[in-house]
Formats: sequence, C-alpha cells, structure tokens
Amino acid sequence: MSDLTDLGIRQIRDGVANGDLSAREVAEAFNAAVAAAKPLNAFIVETPEHALAAADKVDQARAAGETLPSMAGVPIGMKDLFCTNGVQTTAASHILEGFKPEYESTVSQKLWDAGAGMLGKLNLDQFAMGSSNETSYFGNVVSPWRRNDGGNAPLAPGGSSGGSAAVVAGRIAPGATGTDTGGSIRQPAAFVGISGIKPTYGRCSRWGTIAFASSLDQAGPMARDVRDCAIMLEAMSGFDAKDATSLDVPVPQWEAGLNASMAGKRVGIPREYRVDNMPEEIEALWQQGIAWMKDAGAEIVEVSLPHTRYALPAYYIIAPAEASSNLARYDGVRYGQRDLPEAANLQDMYAATRAAGFGDEVKRRILIGTYVLSAGFYDAYFTQASKVRALIAQDFERAWERCDVLLTPTAPSAAFALGEKSADPLAMYLNDVFTVPSSLAGLPAMSVPGGLDKAGLPLGLQVIGRALDEQGVLNAALAIEERAGFNARPERWW
Amino acid sequence: MSVDTATVKRVAKLARIAIRDEEAERLAPELGNILGWIEQLGEVDTSSVQPMTAVIPNHLRLRDDVVTDGGIRAKVLANAPEGEHGFFTVPKVIE
Repeated sequence: MSDLTDLGIRQIRDGVANGDLSAREVAEAFNAAVAAAKPLNAFIVETPEHALAAADKVDQARAAGETLPSMAGVPIGMKDLFCTNGVQTTAASHILEGFKPEYESTVSQKLWDAGAGMLGKLNLDQFAMGSSNETSYFGNVVSPWRRNDGGNAPLAPGGSSGGSAAVVAGRIAPGATGTDTGGSIRQPAAFVGISGIKPTYGRCSRWGTIAFASSLDQAGPMARDVRDCAIMLEAMSGFDAKDATSLDVPVPQWEAGLNASMAGKRVGIPREYRVDNMPEEIEALWQQGIAWMKDAGAEIVEVSLPHTRYALPAYYIIAPAEASSNLARYDGVRYGQRDLPEAANLQDMYAATRAAGFGDEVKRRILIGTYVLSAGFYDAYFTQASKVRALIAQDFERAWERCDVLLTPTAPSAAFALGEKSADPLAMYLNDVFTVPSSLAGLPAMSVPGGLDKAGLPLGLQVIGRALDEQGVLNAALAIEERAGFNARPERWW
Repeated sequence: MSVDTATVKRVAKLARIAIRDEEAERLAPELGNILGWIEQLGEVDTSSVQPMTAVIPNHLRLRDDVVTDGGIRAKVLANAPEGEHGFFTVPKVIE
C-alpha cells in the first residue's frame, strides 16, 4: 500500500470491508493530511476525534462480524453549511461564529449512519453566495492547483463549495459534501478536476442545511470519480418528513446501476450554450465530449433551449429574493452574534447585528432581494422571474422529447486567480451561465473532468438529465470519465 | 437603471441592515448595475405563463395533528447571545 490518502471512497469501503485496511489507519492518514493542509485554508474547524471515533466503531463492527454499511470507514469533509451537533456551524459567516447546533442535519446524519466519519467543517463562500470562495469571513480557500507558468498565482477553487473541492482534489479527503444553488457543486468540481453531482431538487433533505434559496438549494457529493459520487449520493438521499419539499420516492441503487454504454441513448447539444467570448479550449473540450459520447454509442442531436439567456437574470432575482427572506432569521436574539450599541433599542440592535455579521456579498444580495420584493416592484421582478423560470423548465421538457441527457461545458473558463473577478459582482455572476438553468428547473446535473487547458488547469463537462434520472446522468458521466482518462492531480506545494 | 443613495438607505432599512453614508454611495451604482442587467427579463413575453410555484411536482403532505417535539428549552436557548430565567432577552421595547 503506497499512500492511504490516494484511495477513493470505493477503495476504502472495499478495503475496510474485506480486512485489507483498518478504518482507524485510514482516518489517521487523512487526519494527518488535514493537519498538513493549513495553507489551503479549506477547513474552518477540524474534527480528527470525530473521524477516529467513527472509524473505531466501524472496526469494532467488523471484528464482531456485522455487515458494514455503505460508507463504512470513509472519512469525509463536511461543508460548513450542514448543521452538526455540538460542532461549530457558521456558513462561513461572522454572524454565526460560535454557533454550535443542538441537532444534526439529515444529510450529515445519513452519512454518519452509513459509517462515514467527519474530518472537519469545510470553508465556503459566505452563506454559499459566491463562485470563488472569496466571500468567506474565514478567508479565501486556495486551490491546490497552480498554473504551469511558474507564477504560482493563488487560484480560486470555485464556489461556493470551495473547501470541498480543494480537499478532494488535494487528496485531503476522499469525498466531501457540497450544496448547489446555482452551480456551487459543479463549478468548483470543474475548477479542480473532480466529479460532483447535484441531484434532482428534493432528493436530499434540506433539513438542517443552512438555507440560502430554498427553492434551489440541493445537497450533493463531490468525489474523485463518478462511482464514488454514486456511492455517496445513495447515502445522502432519501425522503425526510422534516423537509416539506423532500421527495417521497425510493432511492435507486445508483452504484449497482452504473453502465458506461450509451448505446440507444440520445445526447442533446443545446445550441444556446455557445456563448460569446467562450475560450477555444472550452469549445474544443465540448467537441471532444461529443466525440466521446458518439464513441460510447450515443446518437448526437442538436436541441434548442431558447430561454437560456434569461436564466441568469431570473436566478439573480429569485435567489436573492429567497435569501433576503431566509436570512431575516439572523436577528441577534436566538442564536449567533449580537451587536448592541450603547443606548440602542431593539430595531437598532437588529440593524447593527446584521451590519456587523454579514459580509459585503451577503448584504448586496439581501438588498437586491429586498428591493425586488418591495411594494410596487414585486410583480415586475419576482413574478416575472418566476414566469421566466417556468419557461426555462418548459425548454428542458421540450428537449427531453428529443434526447435523454444534455452535454455542455460546466463553466465558461478554467479556474481564475483569486482577486481576478472579485471587484465586479456581475462578472462573477456570469461564471454560473451553464449551471444555473438546470438549477432553476430542479434537474440532476453533474460535472466530470474532461482534460486540462494550456495552463495545465482542469476543465469540466456537464451532463444534465431528466428529473429523477440521476442514473442517466451518472452513466453518461461515466462514459466520459472512461474515455477522458483524466488522472492529472495537483502537485503538492502546501 | 440608476439607483440613488436614498433608495439604498430605504431598502437597507427594510432589510434591517445599518449602513453608513459612504457605503450607500458605494452600493448605489453596484445595485444599479445589477438591477439594470436583470431588467432584460422584461422583454420576455410571459402573458400566457403561470409563475412557477414548485420546481418538481410534489404534493403538500399532512401529518397527524399531534405533538412530536418539545421539552427542550435548554437546547433552544443554548445558542442565544443573551438569555435569562429561561427566556431570550432583548433591549427594552415598551417604555
């Protein structure tokens, strides 16, 4: 055995189950990798004792001859948007600094029930609002990747699940949870050369996940390959009576159903995803992806999603509107920080608490959301955006008459340098152009690595599927993965 | 679309976020830019479209009308910035 941290979820699970590995040695190896990774700033809290306790439980269960659950012995990173009992949960904000939930989110509980352990709470964009992990109160996450120009410019790991992306790519965790509201699993996965899937809206319970935009938020796994994502998604999914939008449908056995043959499948190429100023390398990768799909036996069809260009503006009404409502709960009364200026009344206390507790991007979105929901503007903005959202969903419905999955690039560029886009909020928002439409329609979508650009940075391809057809998405992604043979990894500099 | 500082202050007041004058001045063009960009939605003909209310067809479930939770006052109060005698405390609101 070379290095235990080179192992993925399936290898660890199988190795522990058949006795080649002890869960404890795996947990110790990853705990050490976490401790050595401080320069990436990927963790807000490290929890080595949690990982060891879970591992010991698995080792004891195996010694007692018990059947091990599906993620037994796999230590993972937990995005700090999931409430974890007794462990600080901040959403990378100051306003929740010190908040230790008295309860466990459904998704994290399911993972612990499946035998996984927690390495720590992962840094993210504050309240998951961002595409570069530069809005965290606890500082930027630095991507493990560097350009091959020798410049060593620190790169963005993508966002908002930037810590999750960095640790999986850096072999600091075999898998991590992410959440995706407009692309926050897929874009960071693409930026660091790993896989990540956002399932159908309602597959994973939102209970105990700190809310950003409730009609869009979905949890999902980020891991090194498609199979590992399938394993982890199975563990995370399932009906939960505590979430009113949770889907009461069985969780398929996605891992067992993996099949890389695309024979008889039609892959749609949406012509509206050919955007202005798209780098040639992205276009070239897309063409390569199409060739891989053909090679796997698929028929390629061109489709039209005519309202694509309105997806981003609709998203930047709906998501901030929901955020302004969701984040009204941070009032300095029930939990989190309180700022009480001298002689302040209750209203002053709310305003001071929120001014001190929220970062600039969070304030910007709350203000946009408050504006579009305010008297006189509601119909022109929010109602119109909800109607456009219906049209976007309808575009996809029409596309499914002609194809089974859609293939697109994940992001319009490779990872950019930290600081490169943070001065212009609008330029940052445009980074989500390919991921937002499927979020608005609640569809399952996955990013899988396709290759490297000239600077030696990963580029991702996105597969979008019908509602509840995660299997079709995983299978198409697997067909790409097998043909791309992507095995590049960042050279360790930290 | 231009947003003036008075509008920024009004919206910030609605959102219960204290902002200083210089912040309002910085935010006004930023918000104006973003709102100007999202205004392109107005060109979409939606006269025959119903606004989306559920992204995946689902039905509202009913459960039995029974108590399923409670008796956890200490847990509810555990993260309060200030609490006294089993209550949340806030500055005086009634003179």
